[in-house]
Amino acid sequence: MKHKTLKAVAVGAVALLASACSGQDPLQSGGGNASGDTIVVGSANFPGNVLIAEVYASALEEAGFKVERKLNIGAREVLYSQVENCTLSVVPEYNQALLAYIDPEFTARGTEEVDTALAAALPENLSVLDSSSAEDNNAIAVSADTAKKHNLKTIGDLAKVSSTMKFGGPTEWEARADGYPSIKAAYGVDFTEYKLLDYSGPITISALEKGDVDAALLFSTVPQISSMNFVVLQDPENALGVNNVTPLVCDAKMPKEAQELLNRLSAKLTTADLVDMNVAFSLDFRDADEVAAEWVSKQGLK
Amino acid sequence: MLDTAWIWRNLPKIWDLLVQHAVLSYVPVVVGLLIALPVGIACVRWRWCYPIALAASSAFFAIPSLALFVLLLPYTGLTAATAIIPLTLYTASLLLRNIVDGIRSTDDSVRQAAAAMGYRPMRRLVSIELPIATPLILGGLRVAAVANISMVSVASVIGVASLGDLFIDGTQRFFATPIIVGIVLTAVLALITDLVLVSVQRVLTPWGQTRRSK
Amino acid sequence: MNVFDSVWAWFTNPENWSGYDSIPVRLVEHLGYSALAIACALLIAFPLGAILGHLHRGQALVLTIANLIRALPTLGLLTLLVILAGIGLMPPMVALVVLAIPPILVNTYEGVRFVNAGVVDAAKGVGLRGPAILFRVELPVALPIIMLGIRLAAIQVVSSATIAAYVGLGGLGRFIFDGLGRQDFAQMAGGSVIVALLAIVTEIVFILIAVLATSPGVRGRERFRFSPLSRKKVMP
Repeated sequence: MKHKTLKAVAVGAVALLASACSGQDPLQSGGGNASGDTIVVGSANFPGNVLIAEVYASALEEAGFKVERKLNIGAREVLYSQVENCTLSVVPEYNQALLAYIDPEFTARGTEEVDTALAAALPENLSVLDSSSAEDNNAIAVSADTAKKHNLKTIGDLAKVSSTMKFGGPTEWEARADGYPSIKAAYGVDFTEYKLLDYSGPITISALEKGDVDAALLFSTVPQISSMNFVVLQDPENALGVNNVTPLVCDAKMPKEAQELLNRLSAKLTTADLVDMNVAFSLDFRDADEVAAEWVSKQGLK
Repeated sequence: MLDTAWIWRNLPKIWDLLVQHAVLSYVPVVVGLLIALPVGIACVRWRWCYPIALAASSAFFAIPSLALFVLLLPYTGLTAATAIIPLTLYTASLLLRNIVDGIRSTDDSVRQAAAAMGYRPMRRLVSIELPIATPLILGGLRVAAVANISMVSVASVIGVASLGDLFIDGTQRFFATPIIVGIVLTAVLALITDLVLVSVQRVLTPWGQTRRSK
Repeated sequence: MNVFDSVWAWFTNPENWSGYDSIPVRLVEHLGYSALAIACALLIAFPLGAILGHLHRGQALVLTIANLIRALPTLGLLTLLVILAGIGLMPPMVALVVLAIPPILVNTYEGVRFVNAGVVDAAKGVGLRGPAILFRVELPVALPIIMLGIRLAAIQVVSSATIAAYVGLGGLGRFIFDGLGRQDFAQMAGGSVIVALLAIVTEIVFILIAVLATSPGVRGRERFRFSPLSRKKVMP
């Protein structure tokens, strides 16, 4: 009877789920690019990254390339694996964060060292283009009230009060070499609780605003830092490192001219630009592609 | 509070997401039905099947959809399949109970009459038991379709495009408009689907039964 | 190490059974959120369904509202409330209560509404009036269907209470979201398995409650079959 075949299909589907090996299986390609000429720009699903992806896309389009966008990809591993199998041609990354992802034991510090270590750690078919001076760095932020109450200016100032405070951050940062352990070692902070929230997203911002956590990890270009009067604590020991905007590319899918274009773009991009674009996108609610195109047209990249 | 200018500017994108969402919602319902029907029929024919199948499907249905999407990601990548496969299995699980109960709901006297009239089991199934089961099955389809339409939004969390993209965009920017648009469109889609299925039921069961399906 | 081994290892790791991020703690939190949501939904939907059903009023309204509520996407509700009100217990609670209301409302309404007219008539004949009929006759007779609705709501809530973790709260969803963030499939799969098991246990518990709470006379008639002669519909 028919049900036997369909039962087999159902069992097969379950078997597929059950026969999981470790995540090292070569990942299947998503939709599949039609023509080899189209550059597929991907992004993670936070506003700062979406904007930079739109900037890349806009610049490439202006220069005459065919561009497809695949934005708002949530999971880091998905994003990375899709570049690895060249479904995505280019993704805006951050040098230190990417290095921490590929090589959790990394020891490099400073833009040049990190870039070199990164280039060495990447697989054959991937490469990173020039890093920009623009950074979207990890930052420890507190509310204005907290900063005033305990006279906090640097992360070190937290050391004496952290034992009565809660910290909010993402799961990814809790155990990273350049993450929580790093500031613990450098400054002696020790919070009573590390609350697992999102990575500089609305949950963390809301938690900090409401006082659910006393200090939190935020990206340095997040516009709510200024709109909600958060105070970013200084990092004199450079425990947080750097985080320059760096394009991650699949060499085969990025023509040389495209790569050179992005290098010229990266040279012109500044942290202030990132902040401005973030304000326009997340506070003024303008559209990402419009904000990006506006910046690109002002640069005269061609 | 609602930025209508944003809506006008982004109508094409919103439309695309709506279409995507509909596809991701309907395909699992259809395929789920195609899977559940044979399994359900088998469970009626071989009674020992039913408790096992019911337990398995209840257990499966209880697994959070996000977990299934993520577990499937390494195999099916950023494609619609990653969302469609788990949703199909969810729908099949939901429908199984309705199908079995629907087929069983045929009164014994009717079955005996059919046997007396010379109906072989297969023909009895197709011409009598399934039509009688239709209201229950369609009732299950309505619940499954509406449940699906809500669950599909979760697929956006892993990068499969749907109206859920609007929720994520709005959340990331503390921007209420996309979220409201997404909620309204999802609800409208669900209500229209429900209405269509109710009409389908009326068409398929013209003998107008007094029992009501949810 | 294949998936089953790593998930088993996660389950048997003693670290996962003590401390604030442990299986027992998250389980209790999860049950807490679920119980609270179901209680609130009962408070809202049960009186509404019972009274309207008793008065034989508002059938179209009840079904339409239930459908409308069912059509609202949980994720959308949750995110909207978070950006409007900030994180906290309220957003996930509202989303879960919204999930639980339709089955309870519809089943309570239909259960009470479609109690056999003869039974209600007999009650009137014995001298019962209004509320007494509702409490002493209609509700007990409708109990199987009402319990079914509560059971369906409970299962949905228990499965969906994972969303509390999305807004930084606790519950079994923590294992899923943290596993996702840490790329720890074993944790994610383990958490999902516990949620699934919990949902099954919930179903069994509510079936038992229904059996125990239903009066024997009513229970005797409770068969999942249709008779064309009776107007009573028993929905699986």
